[in-house]
Amino acid sequence: MTPDAIQARQLDVGYGGRQAAVKVLAGLDLTVAAGSFLSILGPSGCGKSTLLRVVADLLDPLGGTISVLGETPHVVRSRRDVGFVFQDSTLLPWRTVRDNVRLPLGVGQRSLTRKIKDRSTELLELMGLGGLGERLPHQLSGGQRQRVAIARALLGEPKLLLMDEPFGALDEITRDRLNDELLALWRRSGTTILFVTHSIGEAAYLGERVIVLAANPGRVVKDLDMRPFKQEGNRCKREDPAIVAAMADLRVALERAS
Amino acid sequence: MRQAPLSPQMTVALPVLGAASILLAWQYLLPLLGVPAYIVPTPTAIFGVFQKNFALLMDNLRPTLIEALAGFVIGNLAAVLLAVLFVHSRVLQAAYFPIVLFFNTIPILALSPIIILIFGLGMTPKIVIAAVICFFPTLVNMIRGLDSASDNEHELFRVLSATRSEIFWSLRLPRALPMLFSSLRIASATAVIGAIVGEWIGSDKGLGALIIQATFNYQSDRLYAAIVLSSSLSIALFCLVVLVERRIIKY
Repeated sequence: MTPDAIQARQLDVGYGGRQAAVKVLAGLDLTVAAGSFLSILGPSGCGKSTLLRVVADLLDPLGGTISVLGETPHVVRSRRDVGFVFQDSTLLPWRTVRDNVRLPLGVGQRSLTRKIKDRSTELLELMGLGGLGERLPHQLSGGQRQRVAIARALLGEPKLLLMDEPFGALDEITRDRLNDELLALWRRSGTTILFVTHSIGEAAYLGERVIVLAANPGRVVKDLDMRPFKQEGNRCKREDPAIVAAMADLRVALERAS
Repeated sequence: MRQAPLSPQMTVALPVLGAASILLAWQYLLPLLGVPAYIVPTPTAIFGVFQKNFALLMDNLRPTLIEALAGFVIGNLAAVLLAVLFVHSRVLQAAYFPIVLFFNTIPILALSPIIILIFGLGMTPKIVIAAVICFFPTLVNMIRGLDSASDNEHELFRVLSATRSEIFWSLRLPRALPMLFSSLRIASATAVIGAIVGEWIGSDKGLGALIIQATFNYQSDRLYAAIVLSSSLSIALFCLVVLVERRIIKY
């Protein structure tokens, strides 16, 4: 049986050490099935990004347990099973687009990097960046830069993709287009995706499931299964009445959480 | 109201015209005003020194060039290496950076006699003075540059389980290069100043020595020629830095 992508029990996360800690997440319980697409909504400061950072082994929890793909976050990170996409694309400005995508080949343990195939050409094509490989990041638009960041995260074929408001800074049209491309990628790859966003519409459209976190301290206040409102393969139309109703439901939860 | 930007031709032509107007005024206006030639010689007189005493000027340029270049390389290299050490050891940085800051407050003119006491009268003390004068701005800029990668960039490398040396070569160092080069540009001028100051205090060779000798002998045309040459040396060093910078930093 495939282990759950994430299993968190009574997870406490905070800053400032165990004693004087400011808790960002308190007693969080969360199970995410392998291969699913989870959207995470919540007001600023509710710990959405913090949760992703614990999963990615960038931050140690203060208490509780978390397993990722059946292992500790540290094991999963050192096996390179996690990809991370940040809100700002975090491309290295001195590297060409192609060399940015190839970054995972150049750093990290040789035993791991040797196993990764250089799929940069294929990924650039897939993300609609064919022909832009030799450009520098400052020559791209915001949407193109975010595509490069996604291609870089996908290079190592991660089993788990963590996305921290990746399209937050983009215009609506570009964002909608990238949403569709992301869904297509997800259907093809079977990767589990955790997608943090501020946008109710984006959360509802992308997620098979949407959770809403409340702040001070962060906890799950709403857990909505979106599959009943969608067709096979997590497909839906943005203006579908069922989706719009679910969005209204999420908005109420979000307003209460803020 | 904001003025319209200049055309490309004008951005080249105007500085040339500006310089030419000052040279012309210097050549023809100053003598008319009765400024004696032993205080301000005319541009043609200074140019004459370059023809008459070319060998003398070159003989004195050589040691200054070597001292400034060696000081530039040694001072900046030491600063870069110390910056690397400091950003990898916060303990060392906390312990020694304040002392480095203190040393920087000592005027180079006050420090120079000590350096000459230690290293004698040869080229070495001049190189050391030039190195010291380059050292500090580069150290400060390099520390800031090496620390200038964003949190997200560090997290990106951590997700990829990058080693410390990979983070250094692939992230910290490229991030630091623009700041390093901006301090190298400054150092290209200060290295020449350091070499000349060193020569003032104790030397019979070099542009600094030539400046002192010409001053005391009232050879003002020779003095001005030495100044022109020192400034040209700084400009040449500066251009070299810019050239290397353009090859390396393309973004």
